[in-house]
Amino acid sequence: MREAPDAIVFKELGQVFKTDSGSVEALRDVNFAVKRHEFVAVLGPSGCGKSTLLRCIAGLLAPTSGQVDVFGLPVTEPRDDIGIVFQKPTLLPWASVEDNVVFPIKHKTGRVNQEHRASAREMLKMVGLEGFEKRMPAELSGGMQQRVGIARALLLNPDILLMDEPFSALDALTREEMGFELLRIWQASPKTVLFITHSINEAVLLADRVLVMTGRPGSVLCDLEVPIERPRSIETTSSKVMHDFSGQLRSLLLKRAA
Amino acid sequence: MTSLDSFAASFSSARPKVRALLKRLPPGRVRLVLLPALTFLAILVVWELAARVFHIPSYVLPAPSRIASGFDSIPFGRWVEHVWATLRVALMGYAISIAIALPIAIGLTKSETLSACLYPLLVVIQSTPVVAIAPIIIVVLGAEDAPRVVITCLIAFFPLVVSTTTGLMATPPELVELSRSLRAPIHREFTQIRIPYAIPYIFSALKISITLSVIGAVVAEFVAAEKGIGYYIQFSTSLFKLPEAWAGLAILMVMSLGLFQLVALTQKIFFPWSLPK
Repeated sequence: MREAPDAIVFKELGQVFKTDSGSVEALRDVNFAVKRHEFVAVLGPSGCGKSTLLRCIAGLLAPTSGQVDVFGLPVTEPRDDIGIVFQKPTLLPWASVEDNVVFPIKHKTGRVNQEHRASAREMLKMVGLEGFEKRMPAELSGGMQQRVGIARALLLNPDILLMDEPFSALDALTREEMGFELLRIWQASPKTVLFITHSINEAVLLADRVLVMTGRPGSVLCDLEVPIERPRSIETTSSKVMHDFSGQLRSLLLKRAA
Repeated sequence: MTSLDSFAASFSSARPKVRALLKRLPPGRVRLVLLPALTFLAILVVWELAARVFHIPSYVLPAPSRIASGFDSIPFGRWVEHVWATLRVALMGYAISIAIALPIAIGLTKSETLSACLYPLLVVIQSTPVVAIAPIIIVVLGAEDAPRVVITCLIAFFPLVVSTTTGLMATPPELVELSRSLRAPIHREFTQIRIPYAIPYIFSALKISITLSVIGAVVAEFVAAEKGIGYYIQFSTSLFKLPEAWAGLAILMVMSLGLFQLVALTQKIFFPWSLPK
């Protein structure tokens, strides 16, 4: 029997943007693969094309060279089995929390039934927002809003979850808390996750593998397995192995920058 | 103690009393209504006194009591006819402006080509002094409501187009990406995301445009009409009946204010989330 294809495969992907002041090469020769239900963090300085990578997988942006395969098929348009969590929660301010979570279905099909609402409530329970269904987004804290954003991305039960610096707009403490929450959610419902971040600690705590990127044009500098066993907890953050690995990543990133 | 001293003393002793009285007013809404109402009343009193004491001729500045008597110059039924004539043109012009502005704004948002074609034209229309073009429109379209409605539209629709377009463009790009990633039909990008996002912008334009509509209707009546408050003001001034003209002006102000509040109330009732906290 043939082996199941990887969830995401980048093949010689390149992306050039044309602007009024000439063309900008955002990505060059990006090659890597993500296995199903693997948690991969993409770590790099701002402006290294991390978000562009994500948009290529989501089918929102056609690469100028090379291709991205998702489950063995080249991406030519957006797929149903991919959920996206953005940097900002970007909820609809006029809709209740529950209506925000069912929004993808309402938007795609034009209607929502009780079954969808039930699964939305289940998602909200999973992200720790039980009892907040009827609240409005403005009544929630930044962390809670992003939980709604995650529930919205999980609603269609996607196989792949793309997260574009989802916690970077949060304060430091909430950010750490949300990291552990994401670990819990991911263990409860395994997904292939591509997690874009510029926080070394976040990448190490959450991911199975860390891709370190360099900027302009962006490409993958190295691909490292995180040598920390699961399940991970608050104790993990103060362990020696985490400390050493973070240090290794830090010197990689800063040496390139210097 | 001289009488002046005692007056000053009673005044300074009255100040804490006034302050205490103000403090006793219910906080919030009532206070917000009562204070400006009292201020307005005070201005009327000062105005009345000034007009009487200084014998200001009524063609320069009639006293409020003279203006009030201006309301009696024609029977109530005639007032209703005038008000209805102006209100009808203002509301028709307003409705048509909205009906024209929304599709144009959507077109400008969605197509850069259309935007390049239309935008300069819109600016040209906006820069044309409507008062100057009004007589031409009246000649072209005749003496019925039609030319007056067109003039009203010309004044009222531009802020609607600009503000609605700004609102449609102000949608977070992530939500547009979410819409695309769901491969949703394009009309839902507007009905479920962009238009609701533009609601605060649309309502600020609706508030401006409703008062502009009244101005448009009045301008049109100045040029050619045989009914309407604008017509009545012009007619009264031509006969030097200034208190009557001021009475007409007062009615126009109440009309504008009332319509503005109606729009504000609509937003409050149907789109409470769109109001700033």
